Amino acid sequence: MAELCLRDVGRRFGTVTAITDVTLDIPSGHLVCLLGPSGCGKTTLLRLIAGLDPPSEGRILLDGMDITRVPAHQRNFGMVFQSLALFPHLNVADNISYGLRVRGLASDVRRKRAETLLELVRLPGIADRHVAQLSGGQRQRVAIARALALEPKIFLLDEPMSALDAKLREAMQLELSQLQRRLGITTVVVTHDQREAMTMADTIVVIGANRVQQVGAPLDIYRRPRNSFVADFIGSINLLPAVLSGPGEASVGGIRLAVVEVGDGVGEGDRALISVRPEDVHLLSIEAQRDNTLPGTVSYVRDLGSQVETHVDCAGETIVSASAPRDRPVVAVGDAVRVELPVAACRALAP
Amino acid sequence: MIDRSPRGAGAYVLAFGPGLMLAVFFLVPFGIMLLVSVAEAVKGGAYNLAFDGSHYARFFTPFFGRVLGFSLFIALLTACICITVGFPFTYALTRLGHRAQVVWLVFILAVLSLSEVIIGFSWSILLSRTAGISNLLVWLGLMREPVAWFPGLAALLCGLTYLGLPYTVLILYPPLSRLDPELPEAARMLGASPLRSFFTVVVPAMRPAIVATVIMLFVFTLGAYLLPQVLGRPQHWTLSVLITDQAIFQSNLPFAAAMAIFLMGVSLALVLVTSRLNRRAMGSP
Repeated sequence: MAELCLRDVGRRFGTVTAITDVTLDIPSGHLVCLLGPSGCGKTTLLRLIAGLDPPSEGRILLDGMDITRVPAHQRNFGMVFQSLALFPHLNVADNISYGLRVRGLASDVRRKRAETLLELVRLPGIADRHVAQLSGGQRQRVAIARALALEPKIFLLDEPMSALDAKLREAMQLELSQLQRRLGITTVVVTHDQREAMTMADTIVVIGANRVQQVGAPLDIYRRPRNSFVADFIGSINLLPAVLSGPGEASVGGIRLAVVEVGDGVGEGDRALISVRPEDVHLLSIEAQRDNTLPGTVSYVRDLGSQVETHVDCAGETIVSASAPRDRPVVAVGDAVRVELPVAACRALAP
Repeated sequence: MIDRSPRGAGAYVLAFGPGLMLAVFFLVPFGIMLLVSVAEAVKGGAYNLAFDGSHYARFFTPFFGRVLGFSLFIALLTACICITVGFPFTYALTRLGHRAQVVWLVFILAVLSLSEVIIGFSWSILLSRTAGISNLLVWLGLMREPVAWFPGLAALLCGLTYLGLPYTVLILYPPLSRLDPELPEAARMLGASPLRSFFTVVVPAMRPAIVATVIMLFVFTLGAYLLPQVLGRPQHWTLSVLITDQAIFQSNLPFAAAMAIFLMGVSLALVLVTSRLNRRAMGSP
């Protein structure tokens, strides 16, 4: 149970800024995902939290105590590394109890704790196996058990699922978030997979271009992205170039569209991008008389089984509409249609 | 982990080239040496082909026991000093930036180009009373008068270590630069200090490479015949020195060949035992 606060934290390597200006409060027991494309600085930020790298600026507080200068081995944070970093010369039990051995605990105590932890990650009876004999999923669980062995104050995971295949990954995401909730441990997960972040996180921190772009609950970030970077990175989205023509009003190629919200840094007369999720876009017949519609031609229909995507070409811009199979629109490639962009779903964001 | 050897006819054709080379340049000379080692020595450096086991019988004397013992001891000691100095150095080297690594490796390769003779005489000058570093220490006020540190065991160890160190670094560099940098970091997250994570994770994880390097250095040092003569006293002469002496100065080729085969047999046996023990200790299936 611990609360972690970052204050204006940043890290430079020579003249290169890896991450800058991070101010973040992580309440006790929360699971936070640092989400961003590769090279955005999210792993650097995790290493600063872990103490493996010293920050160039800012302070890190744990329960109000400044731990910025405390070295990694004195922080008692558990960490699961991207490579998992299981010790190749030790068996499973010795890997898990390595930290207990450093603390000088007796071997029978260590053994007992290792077996308890293996049950916690649902891998009973493999304590004496050699690390090289484990499957990818088993290695993953052993790494998690090892990181939790010292009952750490903070649990850190760096792209923990990257080595697993898609199906196993989804199962592990659920299991990990259930485990985290049961233990109530403050957790920070680095990932580039927005589905993973949406599945597990209480709070998502979207990182792009070496700084924090938006912090919020998963659905909040999905529904109300603050800028076009966040909108584009989280889920699929339509981004239409437009010009802000009045309060709550934008013009796309001369057609007036009302928007529910205008993002930061966009004023009247400015260029903007209208963002609208594919599942919010409706297809109407070309004769329909409604506001917030654009005429276009169906260019492609993609049937994914669970969902149907209709791509409509509106004066050179492709707008994607997604619908459930039972609501499949009766259109074919080449048909003229009208796409409705409901006001409540449209936001004008800075490009 | 070990690749299956290819079974096709093409593989045999491909293996023929190296096999031929091995036969011509290794097996045939070795066979000749075996023949010579049981030949009869004749005055004037010649020998008659025969089956004479007397050269081998000469090993079972206290003198040869002492020389063999000292040869193995000095080779093992040199290998241990080289690995003790070279392993932390190479580990630190792999953590440096790319440029710095290249500069160091070029420097170490340059050291390799020095001949054993030059190294031997350089150390003999460095450790001499008249021009050695003890004069520098006197000048600095750390010593009262210059002393001779050569010839002697310490001088011999300095020379052999200097000779072996570049090989140590070059053999350890590839496995150490492939070592996952997250391994020691994982140990640190589990409460181990940097020093402790080095000794409890980096060293054990690199054990096969360390053992292989020690074996290589051991065999390499066992073959050194020049430095013991330049830097050591006669009691520091190794079996390799005696072989040279018999072959070149005493012109007793059969005895030299017998000693060479004996030395090879002993070192081969030691290498096999060590690697067997190592494999068992690693617990690999």
